[in-house]
Amino acid sequence: MRRVYLDNSASTRVDDEVVEAMLPYFTEQYGNASSTHQWGQHAKQAIEDARAQVARLLNAQPTEIVFLSGGTESDNLAIKGIAAAHCSRGRHIITSAFEHPAVLASCDQLEAQGFTLTRLPVYREGIVRLKDVRAALTDETILVTVMLANNEIGTIQPIAEIGALVAERRAAGQRHLHLHTDAVQAVGKIPVDVKQLGVDLLTFTAHKIHGPKGVGALYVRRGVRITSQMHGGRHERDRRAGTESVPLIAGIGKAAELARVHMDERAVHMRQLRDYLEAQIIERIPDVSRNGDAEQRVPGVANFNFDFVEGEGLQISLDLKGIAVSTGSACSSGSTEPSHVLLAIGLPRDSGHGSLRFSLSKDTTREEIDYVIETLPAIVEKLRKISPRTKKKTAEHAE
Amino acid sequence: MYSPTVLAHLDQPRNAGAMEDAVSRGEATNPVCGDLLHLYLKIDAGRIVAASFQAQGCPPTIAAASVLTGMIEGLTPAQARNLAPADVTRALEYLPRNKEHCCVLAIDALRSALAAIPIEMV
Ligand SMILES: Cc1ncc(COP(=O)(O)O)c(C=O)c1O
Repeated sequence: MRRVYLDNSASTRVDDEVVEAMLPYFTEQYGNASSTHQWGQHAKQAIEDARAQVARLLNAQPTEIVFLSGGTESDNLAIKGIAAAHCSRGRHIITSAFEHPAVLASCDQLEAQGFTLTRLPVYREGIVRLKDVRAALTDETILVTVMLANNEIGTIQPIAEIGALVAERRAAGQRHLHLHTDAVQAVGKIPVDVKQLGVDLLTFTAHKIHGPKGVGALYVRRGVRITSQMHGGRHERDRRAGTESVPLIAGIGKAAELARVHMDERAVHMRQLRDYLEAQIIERIPDVSRNGDAEQRVPGVANFNFDFVEGEGLQISLDLKGIAVSTGSACSSGSTEPSHVLLAIGLPRDSGHGSLRFSLSKDTTREEIDYVIETLPAIVEKLRKISPRTKKKTAEHAE
Repeated sequence: MYSPTVLAHLDQPRNAGAMEDAVSRGEATNPVCGDLLHLYLKIDAGRIVAASFQAQGCPPTIAAASVLTGMIEGLTPAQARNLAPADVTRALEYLPRNKEHCCVLAIDALRSALAAIPIEMV
């Protein structure tokens, strides 16, 4: 059976070149980067090389990059680290309704400790509006954290505009206001330049750009004070204790370099195939609708609602045909509610439809997309045939 | 995650679709997840001779309905009434814990259909 992996927003295949870059640090240069002997110094050099590669991808300085265990830890450190360091100046945080759980849960945690949260709406198109940010800002606000690209629908948020707004307030004297963005789903797909965005902190993880799982980075603009959330040795300039995983860090460095060098061609490739997939689905399957703004989004992600059927049935049926996608409406512990992202863009709570996310990569081929296009309509039709809701709807139409 | 039997029923549901000449029809919904199940029965000489279903729901709901329609064929309504959700779960091999309610839904739809059988046919 054919196997087609279209779940690259969940994780990607590690590039062969990245694996190769990691291997020496398992069995040859296995020293601890804190050690002063040559094993240690080789390891240290590898980390600094990777730091320079990641910094270059983001247009940052190497000293502004903190390595840690991934996007989740990076979001946690950014949000809790700012909150802890600046809570004496204010206890208000602004975020959006459809952030990744790593951001949402970190904010919830702070709310439980007495911080005030504003969760911005994202509207049908899945994009935060600047006027809402402006209206939400108070003298008490110490942090705005809004993702750069959403993980389920791919929509791009106006971070540079928010950055300009934050800079204005800061120039007017609100020195403790910070801007963080979770750029996990944007890096490697659209240009991500910390200076152009005007962010103080930016989160990024390797495994979404053909790097290994378990390693990520937090950009912390020079001069921005955060409180470490992990206590121990004096690693990463006192911002993240713990012996650095040298192989993983070598991997994120290589993946970052490849993402920088090949971004344009990868983006064009993913966009072309994504647009083809979308056009074909809309042409061949009735009663489908797309989620998220059609223009302002990353290449490579398509998210659809299929009326009258449930998402997990579609997803598992595709899996039986060798196709991996994800659904934003899986039934978890007895609730088939749409995901918080789909609810945030206004999808109804009832399970009148199922949603699927198709996420492509640089390695996706036209033949793979064709296989999906050939396979999907029959699955949707099969599930609709047994759905009691389909019948009602057609009957209503006939009346 | 799902047993081979669940996957087989999802891939090829048995007895799917509305039954035009059903003598009774039952319905059950899960108010939490919105799953909806219709069950149709045909009765002859005091026995269930055919059953079919329509479902909108997650894979275990479809599989539970599909397997149940096979289990009740040939039973008397009284025998069918004795079936419990655990019997359906067993017929599907196993289910993730948080999906066992799908078999409750199937049994609810069955009992609703059994209750709707005209009295002279029981
Ligand atoms: C937007 C976003 N933020 C954070 C994460 C978490 O990253 P990680 O898996 O490296 O912890 C993910 C990926 O799951 C993501 O999509």
